[in-house]
Amino acid sequence: MNKIRNFSIFAAIVAFVMIGFACSGAPLSGTSDGGDGSGAMRLQGSGASFPKPIYEKWVNEYQKVDPNVRIDYQSTGSGAGQKAILSRTVDFGASDDPMKDEDLSKADGELMHIPTVLGAVVMTYNLDGVDKPLKLTAENIAGIYLGEIKKWNDPKLAADNPDANLPDKAIFPVYRADSSGTTAVFTDFLAARVPAFKDKVGASKQPNWVEGVGSGQPRNDGVMGLVKQTPFSIGYVEIAFAKANDLPTALIKNPAGNFVEATIENVSAAAAGSAAKMPADMRISITNADGENSYPISSYTYILVYKDQKDARKGKALAEFLWWAVHDGSQFAKDLHYAPLPQEVVAKVEEKLKSITSGGNVLLENPGK
Amino acid sequence: MAKTGTFADSLFKGVLTVFAATIILVVVAMIAMMFWNSLPTIREFGLGFLVGSDWQPASDVYGALPFIYGTIVSSVIALILAVPVSLGIAIFLVEQAPKSIASPIAFMVELLAAIPSVVYGLWGIFVLAPFIRNYLGPILQNYLGWLPLFQGRLTGIGMLTGGVIMAIMVTPIITAVVRDVLEVVPNTQRDAALALGATKWETTLIVLENASSGIAGAVVLGLGRALGETMAVTMVIGNAPQISASLFEPAYTIASVLAANFAEATDRLYLSALIEMGLVLFLVTFVVNAAAKVLVMGVAKGTNAARQA
Repeated sequence: MNKIRNFSIFAAIVAFVMIGFACSGAPLSGTSDGGDGSGAMRLQGSGASFPKPIYEKWVNEYQKVDPNVRIDYQSTGSGAGQKAILSRTVDFGASDDPMKDEDLSKADGELMHIPTVLGAVVMTYNLDGVDKPLKLTAENIAGIYLGEIKKWNDPKLAADNPDANLPDKAIFPVYRADSSGTTAVFTDFLAARVPAFKDKVGASKQPNWVEGVGSGQPRNDGVMGLVKQTPFSIGYVEIAFAKANDLPTALIKNPAGNFVEATIENVSAAAAGSAAKMPADMRISITNADGENSYPISSYTYILVYKDQKDARKGKALAEFLWWAVHDGSQFAKDLHYAPLPQEVVAKVEEKLKSITSGGNVLLENPGK
Repeated sequence: MAKTGTFADSLFKGVLTVFAATIILVVVAMIAMMFWNSLPTIREFGLGFLVGSDWQPASDVYGALPFIYGTIVSSVIALILAVPVSLGIAIFLVEQAPKSIASPIAFMVELLAAIPSVVYGLWGIFVLAPFIRNYLGPILQNYLGWLPLFQGRLTGIGMLTGGVIMAIMVTPIITAVVRDVLEVVPNTQRDAALALGATKWETTLIVLENASSGIAGAVVLGLGRALGETMAVTMVIGNAPQISASLFEPAYTIASVLAANFAEATDRLYLSALIEMGLVLFLVTFVVNAAAKVLVMGVAKGTNAARQA
């Protein structure tokens, strides 16, 4: 009998404890407040996967600069980054494409776009026997993704690549299945140049791909993997992924009429060609930029921060980190295939960072030390 | 003393009832939450959501049919391939193999069940897709190319590859359950059959017949896993919302579209559409399971009737 009683008491305790947990609703895991007074402060950010390699490098290097600040960056995608900063579940968001006005208006405070680096989207393909980089125009890329150019030996493709031995095989286009900043940059480039593409597919993070034309894959590595494994396929990825996997990248015809490679110099040229047009809020598309050597599928990538920070200590740490990133941090960009910001843009970013406040107090009093 | 005993018993019963009730509560709460959150698309599209075949988030047009089609067809392919193999493995392990062989094979089967989904996906991209593109696909097109099922371009990525990956993933589950079911069939039945002069084959048939409801349960369990399988399928099925007769063409499943898009869906209607997809998956699973249960009862009845006759 004793045993039974003991067991029933035990069972009752278990039940009460479980009900207690269910009702308390207390968070079981830590949050990003970092408010333990002493020790390391935690800054949390999430968003674009496009700049993930450089942000991870920065986070590591910044540990040496300021050991008291820990930064977590999760690459969840641009859309999720925008959502996270709007709901203030992170200290900073990250996005490749600038936020739309209607989304910005949902913010309960002024949200600033801080460009950090420049990147390129490249066309990569799987074609045995074609050694020289393929030359592609916006019209032909659009034709492939609209299903109008079906085979590799199509006269339109052959016209730009007279020396290439293009096979009589069906083209298998690959695109991003998830909502993606990379797709936004890619479709922005095509929609601006090809009206039919703008009408049928459109320019957005997740456009209306034509049915029966190709296959979607999640994330840059998904597209990369499929192109690498599938003969006669073509896809678009962020340049670092193509370089890391040693895949060929096409030369793209820019508005000046030149076929250009996605080099850091040519991406910088695109930024320089559009620096004069940079608006005050920094939201700008630099696809199809003017300039002889401008690579036409280039883009800024942004970090999103509130101008007025709720927590002065964290706000200051964040502003200092961003200041460091666009200055000292830019030296790490080239190795990872990103282009550093042009000098004019850095000057504008400085102004933005100096304007970050908390409760009316400027947080960066003496930047650059 | 007796009084406390009664109290303890009723308390014990009460606690167990609470535990059992949580299951019902969780299911009801999930359905209610999903229904509530998908109200925007239910209001906007009604039943059109289920029969619409256009999926264009950019223009706020949502039709779930290609995903329902992809989910069901890929699962059916998986079962067609997995059920005979699993049955064969289980029968071999229980009825034929000596212990020294049965144990290692059984261990391997359980090991297969423990491999993470994403590893299957990688294997699918690097091994299975090229195999289907270079060997299996051309052979099928050569001999069965007159069927619309096997026409079209061969990329290695598509409905068939997704189904095959799923089949490999559900095989260990079905095998393990069928093995357990066969093992509990009393040995007296085997002995009796053999004593009456039945061959090994006939004996196995009798055992299978008696285990039929358990086997059907195993198949339902495998089907449930196939319907909900996400990562590996996403990596090889091609993720294009289209309904194509060809098994070589890319397709899309409900679980895949949720996995690929949920984190990024910021738009209210888009989020609602994805949640309604979850609800649809719930319904599909429910209907399929119910149908399987009915089938099982039918089979069990048939066996009983046969036994009595």
